[in-house]
Amino acid sequence: MTNFRVGKTKFVDQTNRVSFVFDGKKYFGYKGDTLASALIANGIHLVGRSFKYHRPRGIMSCGSEEANAIFQVADNTDRTEPNVRATELEIYEGLNVKSQNCWPSVNFDIGGVNNFISPFIPAGFYYKTFMWPKNFWKNVYEPLIRKSAGLGKSPTQPDPDLYDHRHIHCDVLVIGGGISGIIAAKMSAENNKKTILIDDKNHLGGSTIYQDDENYKINDSKTKDWLVEQIKELKNCKNLVIKNRTSIAAYHGYNYLLAKENLTDHLSEDKKNNTIRHRLWKIRADKVIIATGAVERPMVFNNNDRPGIILANSVKKFIDFYGVACGNNNVIFTNNDSAYETAISLNQKGISSQIVDIRKSSDSLIVKKAEKLGIKIYWEHAIINTSGYKKINSVEIMKLSEDGSNVQGEIVKLKCDCLSMSGGWTPLVHMHTQSGGKLNFKDDDQIFIPDNNSTDHISVGSCNGDFELDDLINNTIKSTRDYLDIENNQFNEIKISCSKEKNKRNIWLIPSNINLGKTKSFIDFQNDSTAKDIKLALREGFRSIEHVKRYTTTGMATDQGKTSNMHALGIIAETAGVKMGSLGTTTFRPPFTPLTFGAIVGRNVGNFFDITRKTAMHEWHVSNNAEFENVGQWKRPWYYPKNNEDMHQAVQRESLAARESAGILDASTLGKIDIQGTDASEFLNRVYTNAWSKLAIGKCRYGLMLNEDGMVYDDGVTTRIGENHYIMTTTTGGAANVLGKLEDYLQTEWPELDVYLTSVTDHYSTASICGPNSKKILMKLFPDVKFDDENFPHMSFQNASLDKVNCRIMRISFTGEHSYEINIEAKYGKSLWEKCIEAGKEFNITPYGTETMHLLRAEKGFIIVGQDTDGTMTPIDLQMDWIVSKKKFDFIGKRSLYRSDTIREDRKQLVGLVTDDPNEVLEEGAQIVKNLNTKPIEMLGHVTSSYYSPNLKKSIALAVVRSGKNMKGQKLIVPMESKNINVTVSDFIFLDKNNERLNA
Amino acid sequence: MFIINCPFCGERDQSEFSSGGEAHIVRPKQPTELSDDEWAEYLFMRKNIKGIQFERWNHAHGCRKWFNMVRDTSNDKIHAIYKMGEKPPVK
Repeated sequence: MTNFRVGKTKFVDQTNRVSFVFDGKKYFGYKGDTLASALIANGIHLVGRSFKYHRPRGIMSCGSEEANAIFQVADNTDRTEPNVRATELEIYEGLNVKSQNCWPSVNFDIGGVNNFISPFIPAGFYYKTFMWPKNFWKNVYEPLIRKSAGLGKSPTQPDPDLYDHRHIHCDVLVIGGGISGIIAAKMSAENNKKTILIDDKNHLGGSTIYQDDENYKINDSKTKDWLVEQIKELKNCKNLVIKNRTSIAAYHGYNYLLAKENLTDHLSEDKKNNTIRHRLWKIRADKVIIATGAVERPMVFNNNDRPGIILANSVKKFIDFYGVACGNNNVIFTNNDSAYETAISLNQKGISSQIVDIRKSSDSLIVKKAEKLGIKIYWEHAIINTSGYKKINSVEIMKLSEDGSNVQGEIVKLKCDCLSMSGGWTPLVHMHTQSGGKLNFKDDDQIFIPDNNSTDHISVGSCNGDFELDDLINNTIKSTRDYLDIENNQFNEIKISCSKEKNKRNIWLIPSNINLGKTKSFIDFQNDSTAKDIKLALREGFRSIEHVKRYTTTGMATDQGKTSNMHALGIIAETAGVKMGSLGTTTFRPPFTPLTFGAIVGRNVGNFFDITRKTAMHEWHVSNNAEFENVGQWKRPWYYPKNNEDMHQAVQRESLAARESAGILDASTLGKIDIQGTDASEFLNRVYTNAWSKLAIGKCRYGLMLNEDGMVYDDGVTTRIGENHYIMTTTTGGAANVLGKLEDYLQTEWPELDVYLTSVTDHYSTASICGPNSKKILMKLFPDVKFDDENFPHMSFQNASLDKVNCRIMRISFTGEHSYEINIEAKYGKSLWEKCIEAGKEFNITPYGTETMHLLRAEKGFIIVGQDTDGTMTPIDLQMDWIVSKKKFDFIGKRSLYRSDTIREDRKQLVGLVTDDPNEVLEEGAQIVKNLNTKPIEMLGHVTSSYYSPNLKKSIALAVVRSGKNMKGQKLIVPMESKNINVTVSDFIFLDKNNERLNA
Repeated sequence: MFIINCPFCGERDQSEFSSGGEAHIVRPKQPTELSDDEWAEYLFMRKNIKGIQFERWNHAHGCRKWFNMVRDTSNDKIHAIYKMGEKPPVK
């Protein structure tokens, strides 16, 4: 039989055929199929190779816990996606998938040789083996390992899809649309609570929706029929939003949750375009009800990983939900009753099965029904081995000893083409623990269950450890009623009948007739770790579960150990001889299932990655060919190339023009803080290192601001506009932080000061004109203002007007040239700039950018905070002792200037460097040394600013050098990759030491 | 992601706030009189408590006011919020 489609169900539309491609070959499925169900319908089980040993692997589940069947979806370079679980991917016309981790093909895989050398690849193999020789790691081991391992390929082109973020608030969020989630959501919505119900599937109802067994009844209906009615009513509820194909990625504190809604992954390629692929919902819920259900556990026995070995409940879902048989001749290996439902479902489709149960007996209704149907049950037996390379073909079983530690008697061989296994159920407590909830261990079922007292949410249903239908429903109703504080509900009179499990037996590691060292009993299928690996880790001294996990990589694959964590814990507890609950459990971290980067960033890509701030003059800069530099969020003109100039040529031209005639700089981005209040002068005294009380109205002063640790934090010129009114300027990048810091001191340390701060950076535009002809240009612009040195000296300010628009003119200098700064309301900024350019035309006024500004400042030895300082430089280190007031009682950072560390003589200090070859320009950041012969070579400092100065016609540099203050004239070396550059320590003011140009 | 009850604006999302470290560290009135060790104690030493911690917070993207918070760092529960200058709650 090549077609394993054995029946019709209402969940798969058999009138709607869908074609898809798997490993280059075309197959057919139906709308409603997942990739997993469609592959199994085509008889395909072998879908990949395991991570470490390259063993053949098949589909092992039908949900998010899938560890084996992960695929590379789509082969285009922009939409291709690795590690997609076949069990969650709905097929669509044109779907193209490839198996991963196999080369050259899934049927013949060269890495399969690892399986035979596996005795030599124990836990921690990579840690132990690839340690030496050291340089082999980079050149030999890593490239090899990367080639043969690796889980899929990343796209190489930008993602063409759209992603979206939305905020939503609700009274009650219900996570999970199985039977308990539906009951909870209905109770909530019907009691006028704004409710959201989230489920990761395309349909509601969980595993109850295909529960057709007569032994399970609610109000005398089969459970699935009862649930269909409930869902119908639920969809008519007014206060309810249902989100299908949506999974909670993270549950943060204060009931803030992130959910990913999948909008197009199930649609054909042509329907994916121009629409949103994933939407990330940011949910703030008043109350949260978790109903995420449970995942079935595998059994851990020798060779438990062959294709065709599948979780029992998944086999049932494939049959009852998708109408697909996993095999014609089944063996079911179980330690509990739930697998008997699988046997009965198979039986109803006329498919044979035999059951191997490790328990001694069970007389529950469901077991009796199976016996009645003539299904053979091997009580107290265990599977000790399996055979079949590309698909299972038989199992060997033996009788278990009384204590379960061994097997005995004859080996019985059972032929089969599918093995269902059920090791019980693990509640999905991920959401509960992500939010900070604690867990309790329940010995009866060997499970961790949520401690509902420790949180402000509740868990209901099987994720709360309620596995029997009557407990599950009654507890869900009671918990929801209490939690939401509601009185009446339609579920008050509910009648439930169901089969109850009576006998339980659990063995974490099923014994075999052969030595454990020669078995392959997989715990983590995706990362290929076995029971043997866990035991080895314990023998080597690992004790903490977190350490064992990392050493063996158990539970660290993309499935995050949904099916493996409990077995690992169980085997550790057993081996170490401690009680299972006492070990705790590993931490479940978000996301529950992998999240796309697109969903995380949403719309914040490309131009929307960050805010862009532009000055009022920006358009002029663009139309005059400026190259831009990002300074914080600002776009600042970097340089203005003319006629194919490169950056160096443009900067040299701009720098010369600024000193020889006139240059103009857009200084609008500098931070501006308006400071008012009767204590404004006192406030400035406390925040700057120099004295401010005596600054006359109309005058400007340069100030240096320190951190409390004494290190230079910011600088700028502050102007006294009036008796109680100052305008402070800050560096462009530091503006926001300076304002924050000043506000902090005002509010917390000095609340008694009468001072008000307002950021006015965006309110004013600033044009800075410098050079010997700057005065003439200003005189043209402002004919009413007297610009002679007596009326308008350096470091002073005047109010003026330009075409009746008020502006402030400050005679201050960035560059050491005679200069003016004109501030005007931002809306007139562009007009101001154009008028300056127009007035300056006859003087060849040259717009210059940040690069030239830095060069001009370096020539004068003016520091740039953040370039020449790095948070470890005091004003003394910068040889700026002159700006530190000796008289002031206190200012921010004063006490730190004479800590034992800051008064050291051998601190790094600012110096000038001149290269022996005047044409040699040093690299910024380059190290500076004195002696090349000592090993290790002692590093004295580094270059902070370096340029070729067109005005001095030589290379200049600023640097910080240990004890540099006293090294003037000394020869040092800047070693570079290709050569050593000889330099001499010099004064750091290279040009116009006596400031004659300021008044020129 | 906390919900913080700003004493000036009311309940707001944590993304509007920034944290300013340990609260109630008063800047010495006469720093010059302190020894290096005493100054270092003020400048560098901060507690890092698992449990109840007194913290400074700033409504940076709101009213820009600083205030104090009592928070349990082990479960992020906020026990009290009070204005700058007010006495911390005793319990």
